[in-house]
Amino acid sequence: MFDLQSALANARFDGIAQIRELGLQGMITLRGDVAAPVLKKAATAASGTAMPGQRKAVFSDTGGMAWMSPDELLILCPYAEVTDRLEALTDALAGTHALAVNVSDARAVFEVSGPHAREVVAKLCPVDLSPQAFSPGDFRRTRMAQVAAAIWADDDQTLRIICFRSVARYVFGVLSVAAQKGSEVGYFQAG
Amino acid sequence: MSQRLPKGGRLIDRSTEMSFTFNGQTLHGYAGDTLASALLANDRMMVGRSFKYHRPRGVVASGAEEPNALINMGQGSRFEPNQRATTTELFSGLTARSQNHWPSLDFDVGAVNAHLSRFLPAGFYYKMFIHPRSFWKHVYEPFIRQSAGLGQAPTERDADTYEHFYAFADVLVIGGGIAGLEAARAAGASGAKVLVLEQTAHWGGRAPVDGGHVGGRPVEDYIDSLVAELQAMENVTLRSRCMGAGVYDHGYVLGYERLNDHRPGQDGPRHRLWRIRAKQIVTATGAIERPLSFAGNDVPGVMLASAMRDYVVNWGVTPGQRVVVATNNDDAYRTAIALKKAGVDVLRILDARETGGGALMNTARDMGIRIDCGRGIGKVTGGKRVKKVQICAQAGAGGALEEIACDAVAMSGGWSPVVHLWSHCGGKLLWDGDQAHFRPDPSRAPTGADGKPFVTVAGSANGHLGLDAILPDAGEAGRVAAQAAGFKPKRAAAVAVDPTTEAPMEPVWMMPAQARPALRAKAWLDYQNDVKVSDVRLAAQEGYESVEHTKRYTTLGMATDQGKLSNINGLATLADALGEAIPNVGTTTFRPPYTPISMGSIGGEARGAVFQPVRETPMYGWHDSHGADWEPVGQWRRPYAYVRPGETTHDAVMREVRNVREGVGMLDASTLGKIVVKGPDAGRFLDMLYTNMMSTLKPGKCRYGLMCSENGFLIDDGVVARIDEDTFLCHTTTGGADRIHAHMEEWLQTEWWDWQVYTANMTEQYAQIAVVGPKARVLLEKLGGMDLSKESLAFMEWRDGKIGSFDARVYRISFSGELSYEIAVPASQGQAFWDALMQAGADLGVMPYGTEALHILRAEKGFIMIGDETDGTVIPQDLGLNWAISKKKTDYLGKRAQSRDHMTDPTRWKLVGLETVDGSVIPDGAYAVAEGTNANGQRNTQGRVTSTYHSPTLGKGIAMGLVLNGPDRMGEVIDFPGTDGTVYKAKIVDPVFYDKDGEKQNV
Repeated sequence: MFDLQSALANARFDGIAQIRELGLQGMITLRGDVAAPVLKKAATAASGTAMPGQRKAVFSDTGGMAWMSPDELLILCPYAEVTDRLEALTDALAGTHALAVNVSDARAVFEVSGPHAREVVAKLCPVDLSPQAFSPGDFRRTRMAQVAAAIWADDDQTLRIICFRSVARYVFGVLSVAAQKGSEVGYFQAG
Repeated sequence: MSQRLPKGGRLIDRSTEMSFTFNGQTLHGYAGDTLASALLANDRMMVGRSFKYHRPRGVVASGAEEPNALINMGQGSRFEPNQRATTTELFSGLTARSQNHWPSLDFDVGAVNAHLSRFLPAGFYYKMFIHPRSFWKHVYEPFIRQSAGLGQAPTERDADTYEHFYAFADVLVIGGGIAGLEAARAAGASGAKVLVLEQTAHWGGRAPVDGGHVGGRPVEDYIDSLVAELQAMENVTLRSRCMGAGVYDHGYVLGYERLNDHRPGQDGPRHRLWRIRAKQIVTATGAIERPLSFAGNDVPGVMLASAMRDYVVNWGVTPGQRVVVATNNDDAYRTAIALKKAGVDVLRILDARETGGGALMNTARDMGIRIDCGRGIGKVTGGKRVKKVQICAQAGAGGALEEIACDAVAMSGGWSPVVHLWSHCGGKLLWDGDQAHFRPDPSRAPTGADGKPFVTVAGSANGHLGLDAILPDAGEAGRVAAQAAGFKPKRAAAVAVDPTTEAPMEPVWMMPAQARPALRAKAWLDYQNDVKVSDVRLAAQEGYESVEHTKRYTTLGMATDQGKLSNINGLATLADALGEAIPNVGTTTFRPPYTPISMGSIGGEARGAVFQPVRETPMYGWHDSHGADWEPVGQWRRPYAYVRPGETTHDAVMREVRNVREGVGMLDASTLGKIVVKGPDAGRFLDMLYTNMMSTLKPGKCRYGLMCSENGFLIDDGVVARIDEDTFLCHTTTGGADRIHAHMEEWLQTEWWDWQVYTANMTEQYAQIAVVGPKARVLLEKLGGMDLSKESLAFMEWRDGKIGSFDARVYRISFSGELSYEIAVPASQGQAFWDALMQAGADLGVMPYGTEALHILRAEKGFIMIGDETDGTVIPQDLGLNWAISKKKTDYLGKRAQSRDHMTDPTRWKLVGLETVDGSVIPDGAYAVAEGTNANGQRNTQGRVTSTYHSPTLGKGIAMGLVLNGPDRMGEVIDFPGTDGTVYKAKIVDPVFYDKDGEKQNV
């Protein structure tokens, strides 16, 4: 057999926040009519969660689902389960106009944690990341410096970021610059 | 002389001495000094020279408005020119050099320009540099280059880092003076999230210097408690050393925070650019004092009265020992009083008003200061510092009534509100005749998307010059902004403030009013750009009526200070010369930033390794450690060739091509776009996107297709694989993946929104490896797994399966003419799959090959490359690709355009192969020449090269090109002159050089 490689092999940087590449994450892109009962049923079964609202994400112990656009969802699951979950999802959607594809390998996932995690990300993303405006359950597709990214909050001091795999090194690089020593901003009040 | 006073200086810490150098000489100051206050404390009156005449220049102001004291700061990797000494905080080890002089500040050759000033009038550049043309290069340019000044360009890479920060606020207050703080408190009390920006390191603005009482306490105490109160409010953030630089649409504001300028070398970024979205903005930006226009008002030692007071009160420095004060308002009396209190001789207050001032005048007189009303300054004499002042009647022409020796002059021409940030986004101004200044017109505020104002103005920025008016105005501004941001403001209790008892000011635009031409020619409006009253009057005389034109003609207000001191005086002078009212002349446009901000802050984190994203395939690291000579393709990096020790890049390319033709090679094709298109209408959709028919493709099969824009031009090509009845996978070019995906979505979302099609860009999900060459199948079979025989997987088919233990989708497609498999595996398996292939192929001589070998291989086969054979003006018909254009389809994108006259013109250049007669390689981009010349005297052309290589397979230079009537001229030899003087002769041939029947790829 062979080793599976994530984009940056769990690279880490410790500055005013801790940055970690999290390894492979199962992800399914689902496009379709998100209001249709058949799609809701299939999607919630695949994610093991409820449907997310606009700009929201919902999580369970083994999965999650994020709202990506009015006709797109992102289903999260353990990497090892993605093939089975996609197959079940595809079966459940047979005869329905929808598109479900495995995008796990197309992405990289980062965690930014620590008391300054929010401001590190707020140096790069044009999003209000104050605890009052962005809390666990919120989800944003946005821009991180010069590339596309999606963000959610695990808790008050932990953010997760999804980007494309090819730019993982760039994202790690800009996060490391933004987390450089002595660059605390001190703008956000506790939530 | 200017010097440190024995006592005083609210901002300095006399117990902490700091040494610094100016022009190489070591000087001393205190913590809390600005570079300007420290220079003055060391009797450095003269700190630079002006831009045009190289006149001696001294510090004239105490803040952001300073036009003169610009210095080269720091050295080496921390060198930066044009830094204002007045806003540069002193630190130990600071090094500064003056600007605009040669060879030295004291002795400057360029100062001769001043004697030539008669020959350097307004609009000099426009008048002078028109004729004769030949003088441009040899006379004018060297002259301008030598005399054009300001600081030097840095020579080393910037040692510092910079960053951005995206902040959101309900109410943003720009300015941390008393008005800004009061507005912030009023807004903060409503619960709104408030952010206050202050450009200096201190809160309270100039109120502590100007004095007064609020609620029975000194104003400084009031400010301290205000700051403490705001700091205790969770919803309020105070940021000092952070300038509101610009106000833009939709409440977007740039804040420029200087974190380490006062402590270079510390951890963290030097500057942070705040990119703020505010629901409402309060501009509490204060006011700037105006100079008076009298002869010699630029001599070092002549200073704004308020600035002189700042130096005394804030930094314990006096710019002179014997001072004359000239004013048209009461405020300058505060300076006289402050100087007198500090023990400085105030020789005279010259009040231009016949009736003089109010209560402050009496105070000054009681202190024993002599006051002359209806008087002004006729002329200041002195070269590098003030020596004498001639006193004259303000109403006269400048006849000297008296001359007194002095060493400093304080001047006040009244106050102008800082309206810049109000105006940046369209806020309009009113002319206030009583104060003789423009102030914001509250009925014409900048408006947001809802048509409602999003900027409110507070305090002296709103034209209120007394504390008793400023405080209520600022509180109200804070409440208005909070309410507009959706909060419920609280009524605040009124506090008792000293009533203002000042006499009205009187506009003085020229001192004396009837000044002779000789005096006007020495009365400076713009200190940095050397624009005088006489220049503006000349412009008016020559027919300039618009203030915007006059600005450009005279360069008034075009220096780095953007005319903060000169604009109002300049336009008043213009209005006077034109016989117009000032508001009819109007102001020039206020544009951000308020003062210059560093380029580094604009770039933010984008420098060095993260200057821009570099996209990497899963095998990037392997390529890098195996000799990859990188080529940028879009934002990707692809190996151009894998260069072995001892090889040139060309050698490597030749080797790689031969190895593919004779053995087996491997290409990292992961960057090719892979877009899944799915739905009941997917076939119909692809029939519209591609020129050929895709809906008839059978599942399991592949087809090459061309995509054109609506205008018929080729925009992309690639192989489409039909996955199942509803699903296609479209390969695009490397650079085309995102663009073509967006193109698809655009058509689906805007035109064919009712078609049932979804797309997904799957480019990065797969590592795609092309295994190419006669031994490709042997290699893959060594890994075991799926059946890859011709019978099971024929040319232009695809199958899912396992190769070894890898999850593979195998496409039998060929861009080289050889037996070729393109195998997609999940990206996380890519490196392992690559390694397995390299290992299994070792005894077959497998080698990786790069993009240049790919190009040669495809050119030998006559395959086109988007971007080489196409350039946005080429249609498929030009390239002999008619076979890929469906005749059956009623429509596809570009079809109608391709039937236009110009597209069907038989003289369009057409694709052919080109073979050099002597085997050499035609230079890239060469043109084929024809007989005769065109209207411009240039040689006529009849074609051009689009791709050109040395083919190791054929052992000669081959090329593709577009040639007039090319396909009808086979065998004809045409000329391609190179830029090296050689004429390359090439024979027109079929573009397919290798294996015309395609037998090799179909085995």
